[in-house]
Amino acid sequence: MRLLVLLTALVALLFIGSLTVGPAGFGGLSALAGGDGPMPLIMREIRLPRALLGLMIGLSLGLSGAAMQGYLRNPLAEPGLIGVSSTAALGAVLAIHTGLASAWILGLPLAALAGAVAGVALILLLAGPRGGSLTLILAGIALSAMAAALTSLVLNLAPNPWAANEIIFWMMGSLADRSMTHVWLALPLMVVGWLALATTGRGLDALTLGEDAAAAMGINLGRLRLTLVLGTACVIGAGVAVAGAIGFVGLVVPHLLRPWVKARPSQLLWASALGGAAMVLAADMAVRLILPDGDLKLGVLTALVGAPLFLHLIYKTRRGLA
Amino acid sequence: MTLLSLEALSVTLRDRDVLRDVSCSVSRGEFVGLIGPNGAGKTTLMRAALGLVPSTGASSLTAMPLAHRACHAAWMPQSRDIAWPMDVETLVMLGRVPHLSAAARPSAADRAAVDAALDRMQMQDMRHRTVTRLSGGEQARALIARTLAQGTPLVMADEPIAGLDPAHQIATMQVFADLATEGRGVIASLHDLGLAVRHCTRLVLLGNGGIHADGAPADVLTPENLRDIFGITAWFGDTDNGPVFQPLEVIR
Amino acid sequence: MAGAPERVVSINLCTDQLALMIADEGQLVSVSKLSQDARGSAMAEAASALPANAARAEEVFAMAPDLVLAGTFSSRATVQMLERLGVRVEKFSAASSMGDIRAGIIRMGEVLGRQDRAAELLADFDTELARLSDAPARRPRAAMYFANGYTTGEATLAGQIVHTAGFANIATEEGFAAGGFLPLEKLTLTEPDVVITGQPYRGASRAEDVMRHPVIDRLKGRAATASVTDGDWVCGTPFVLRAIASLRDMRLEMEAAQ
Repeated sequence: MRLLVLLTALVALLFIGSLTVGPAGFGGLSALAGGDGPMPLIMREIRLPRALLGLMIGLSLGLSGAAMQGYLRNPLAEPGLIGVSSTAALGAVLAIHTGLASAWILGLPLAALAGAVAGVALILLLAGPRGGSLTLILAGIALSAMAAALTSLVLNLAPNPWAANEIIFWMMGSLADRSMTHVWLALPLMVVGWLALATTGRGLDALTLGEDAAAAMGINLGRLRLTLVLGTACVIGAGVAVAGAIGFVGLVVPHLLRPWVKARPSQLLWASALGGAAMVLAADMAVRLILPDGDLKLGVLTALVGAPLFLHLIYKTRRGLA
Repeated sequence: MTLLSLEALSVTLRDRDVLRDVSCSVSRGEFVGLIGPNGAGKTTLMRAALGLVPSTGASSLTAMPLAHRACHAAWMPQSRDIAWPMDVETLVMLGRVPHLSAAARPSAADRAAVDAALDRMQMQDMRHRTVTRLSGGEQARALIARTLAQGTPLVMADEPIAGLDPAHQIATMQVFADLATEGRGVIASLHDLGLAVRHCTRLVLLGNGGIHADGAPADVLTPENLRDIFGITAWFGDTDNGPVFQPLEVIR
Repeated sequence: MAGAPERVVSINLCTDQLALMIADEGQLVSVSKLSQDARGSAMAEAASALPANAARAEEVFAMAPDLVLAGTFSSRATVQMLERLGVRVEKFSAASSMGDIRAGIIRMGEVLGRQDRAAELLADFDTELARLSDAPARRPRAAMYFANGYTTGEATLAGQIVHTAGFANIATEEGFAAGGFLPLEKLTLTEPDVVITGQPYRGASRAEDVMRHPVIDRLKGRAATASVTDGDWVCGTPFVLRAIASLRDMRLEMEAAQ
């Protein structure tokens, strides 16, 4: 599989690139192995977790985007756009500001997971495989607005004066100054989510022909839906809990890669996972190159790339929307 | 050997009895045409047999485990929406889904089944065309090929020839008849009684919430049945070119 | 000036503390709510003895003050409203140097009509400052690191405290006069001898997370640690000396250890 090799090489290259870029300048990879002085410390404690999180979150976003699109049979589906990231952020913010996150190490990711489960379940309820694009987008707008408003409310009620300014982080996402703690916090849930979503390929393939045909091809639609809800919620919840909501990756990547896998939803899963990792790693390098000393939010960059494509997709499918 | 048997199947949709106590069976070697006016319950009967709508009574298919059922009966729904712009070959390969494990690549047998299905539907020259850019009739043929590729003893199709040109209508009916001759079983809902008469080995006439008549075409399409169920008159004759059926007038 | 004011209301954390130190018994009738909070106020206990105000024109006016003490950063609307209502308002700017602190003490003495008390305070301040100002030739390097990766330079009060205590400021090396954002990576590269972080506020915030990053712990592990006790560092009052003294003690300990 040429695409597999190509994408893997790209991800590996960008991962190394992500390790070498930063405000402290170029760092040799040998510093990762050990040694004294500031550079090994920077490489191991600042850049490595950042690159790892970029990889993990990119994988998650690409994979869940492809899975949701496959299940909803709609190229406009994306965890960020349909409000799932927002509900996950709400869960995370609630955990942080009720003290759950500091009382229990798993409080933060599990609360974000709970938020994401609620979000995905609501969306599937409102716009299942038979729901049209319009329903999906409207449901997403409503859910996003609601979750963002509640998140703002929680942040404004928080006793910490810094908290109120953090809505931008939760809405746009950032990997700046994360540590290995965050990697370990997110990884277990993400692995569960990846494994769950990886099993949906056959079902998503069959769903290409609609629910009836899929059911007659031996697909247990109820179980598929449950796997999708939990898998998506796991990866999005864990990702949002540590890096905020990064939008549009799950929209752009499956769209670009679909022609390369002959539009087969099952093949698109792994391709999008790798593509998502590449996109997030590249975007995270770009934010550091554009604004080396600031904290330019990752979501700003992905939205600048993704939003025009979203408009283009709406334009292309507008006949179906009416 | 019986491929499908229904015992006292009843379906109620939105408080309306769509089907009551339907019993029938399909055996190997049979091409059963399911006929009846709009709303008679043709689609519902087949979906209930497959367990896609809740029903009471017994269907030999719903008694099977899901994975086993998918290798026993293939289903071509009436709606022809194809979600993604894949090529014909990839679409037909979707029929092999029940035979693949979660990540398994298609085997030589899978490819052979796809080739055979494309051959039968005379679509070899279109195998690399994008299916969403084909005409409606071509899409329908690709979907029939997908159903055939599933390689099941029983094929169930909902109005498979609607929207095809006459040549492909005849060719498709011939494909189904050939499947029956090869020892498989086919049940398809049809509106073209003329083609049904010429190709089906048996007709099942649905009306008034149940099976009104079941048997050889000549025994089912009697003037009384046509009048009572369809409200039409027709000319039906055995000619040198085989049986010919032509609807004539609506009875007021 | 027609005698000393008799009912003084302060609506700014820093004027609160200066006034508490200089005003006569009964002269100060209310201080701002902030000064009763030990996290930002060095005189929370003394301030709690007085009624608090939330620095709103309506409640302040209702206290019938003949003098209101405000910071230059206090709400302009509040100050203008009070002035329109005929209340005398004295505005104090925030101190960013030892000279500013001295000027502030003298001026507070003047507006309260308590020049003698102010002179006394000033003399003590000068003596103590002179005692503490014994910076070595080779200053250890300190980095101040606050929420969102903000660092402060010499042109700020905090910078002056660090400087007076005998440290060199990393922010100056990095080219910040007042303050600016220093990425964690660059902070690490500078290999500071001391990292001074802010005392976190109640509740959590991602902005303050950076002060708990493992890298900060590692830097602190190599270096001596110090935590800003906000109350002493915030305002241009003699309490600044307390901050200088504790930093200086830390420096002396470091020097002794070498």
